[in-house]
Amino acid sequence: MYSEKVMEHFTNPRNVGEIKDPDGIGQVGNPVCGDLMKMTIKVEDGRLVDIKFQTFGCGAAIATSSIVTEMVKGKTLEEALKVTNRTVAEALGGLPPAKMHCSNLAADALHRAINDYLSRKGGSGDGQDQSAGGHERGS
Amino acid sequence: MVRYMTEIYGNPSSVHAFGRMARKGVEEARESVAALIGASPGEIIFTSGGTEADNLAIKGIAESLSHKGKHIVTSKVEHHAVLHTCEYLEKKGFSVTYLPVDKYGSVSASDVEAALRDDTILVSVMMANNEVGTIQPIAEIVQVAKSRGVLVHTDAVQAVGAVRIDVEELGVDLLSLSGHKIYGPKGVGALYVRKGVKILPVAHGGGHERGKRAGTENVPGIVGLGKAAELAKEEMDSSSEKIKHLRDKLIEGILSRIEHSRLNGHPTNRLPNNVNVSIEYVEGEAMLLSLDQQGVAASSGSACTSGSLEPSHVLTAMGLSHEVAHGSLRMTLGRQNTEEDVDYVLSVLPPIVERLRNMSPLGKRG
Repeated sequence: MYSEKVMEHFTNPRNVGEIKDPDGIGQVGNPVCGDLMKMTIKVEDGRLVDIKFQTFGCGAAIATSSIVTEMVKGKTLEEALKVTNRTVAEALGGLPPAKMHCSNLAADALHRAINDYLSRKGGSGDGQDQSAGGHERGS
Repeated sequence: MVRYMTEIYGNPSSVHAFGRMARKGVEEARESVAALIGASPGEIIFTSGGTEADNLAIKGIAESLSHKGKHIVTSKVEHHAVLHTCEYLEKKGFSVTYLPVDKYGSVSASDVEAALRDDTILVSVMMANNEVGTIQPIAEIVQVAKSRGVLVHTDAVQAVGAVRIDVEELGVDLLSLSGHKIYGPKGVGALYVRKGVKILPVAHGGGHERGKRAGTENVPGIVGLGKAAELAKEEMDSSSEKIKHLRDKLIEGILSRIEHSRLNGHPTNRLPNNVNVSIEYVEGEAMLLSLDQQGVAASSGSACTSGSLEPSHVLTAMGLSHEVAHGSLRMTLGRQNTEEDVDYVLSVLPPIVERLRNMSPLGKRG
């Protein structure tokens, strides 16, 4: 049911872990739904110099988290913000239809981490959109 | 089976010699299946499997007795073949009571009694649960239903061949079974219908299976089911003991090696071949994929394996939170499994859990 690329990322996930003193944190999903993702980022001169993820979830959730970190590491924030859940799924060679919605949240977590960084930088009350992605599900 | 796909290719309804040979194969299989559950051959209707047997039992009784009443009692932990059939009948004007279960997944006979109404025509409770292995008190349920003159169906797909079943002792009126759960072929099963109990057919056509199930018989499948029933009867007692020992070793091994793990289902009143545990802070499908890479075939009640957003209806009916249900892992043991197989699973599972927990933002709890 999963592509080889998904299984490869599931088996050997890139950039697992948590950055200490991150410049931004993004979390989406919740354990009740079976998926929870947390991204931490380090930003220097407008570039993502480091990104790490932690994910509780199925194979697709882990693989999407892994590949998104690979796709954006070293990129500018503008480039990273162009990555969407759809481009993540495409980079993995597709996902089973049932997984497209429920476990494909990695880009949302990334956008949330970047927005967290931008709002921290701009000071509080900057009006930065904290809910970019708008993918969070209730339970 | 192969002979019935080649040299004995006759249609059992035909008069010629080839047909008569095929008929003989079908009728011998009927005797073997009947013998496995203590029934008479005339009480066995061959079907395409457990699902069709459940459909035929419930719709067949509903149609046959709708003039007497339109109420059916079942449980929340039934197989979907029963649940969805009941939901279908609700749309057709029947009313259905779905009984709750306790934390072990057991239905209580007193709940059945309390649910019975004057217009109740059928109680359908499974013999043993397919996900968590809990064995239901069918004999007691039959007692309370019988005292009110209500028929009882049991989906025994998981139980037949795993535990000894005698329809006379149990007193059930209808019982579903399936070929591939007793090491027989897939795509074949049977419904036991007690002599004198009238059901209406679901499939209409020729007069096959005494008019209860039209369609030319799946002769190779039926012959295979018959052989499987014969072997199950011979080997059940010895293999059950062995499998039960492996089951307990696997359960104890998992619970002692993996922190924050727990058994789902009844600790003793369960099928000898069923292991179902929840491993917290890990999602089930991720465990299945990892186990599969190590050559271990398992399943899970996680939403991610069901194609829906909901985790197992059985685990949630037992009161498990969604989080814990997502981390459920089911393994089924069989005749061919060995102590070494159990040791192997116990050696590969803890590192899989550790790896996934280390990846999880829920913390390193293991």
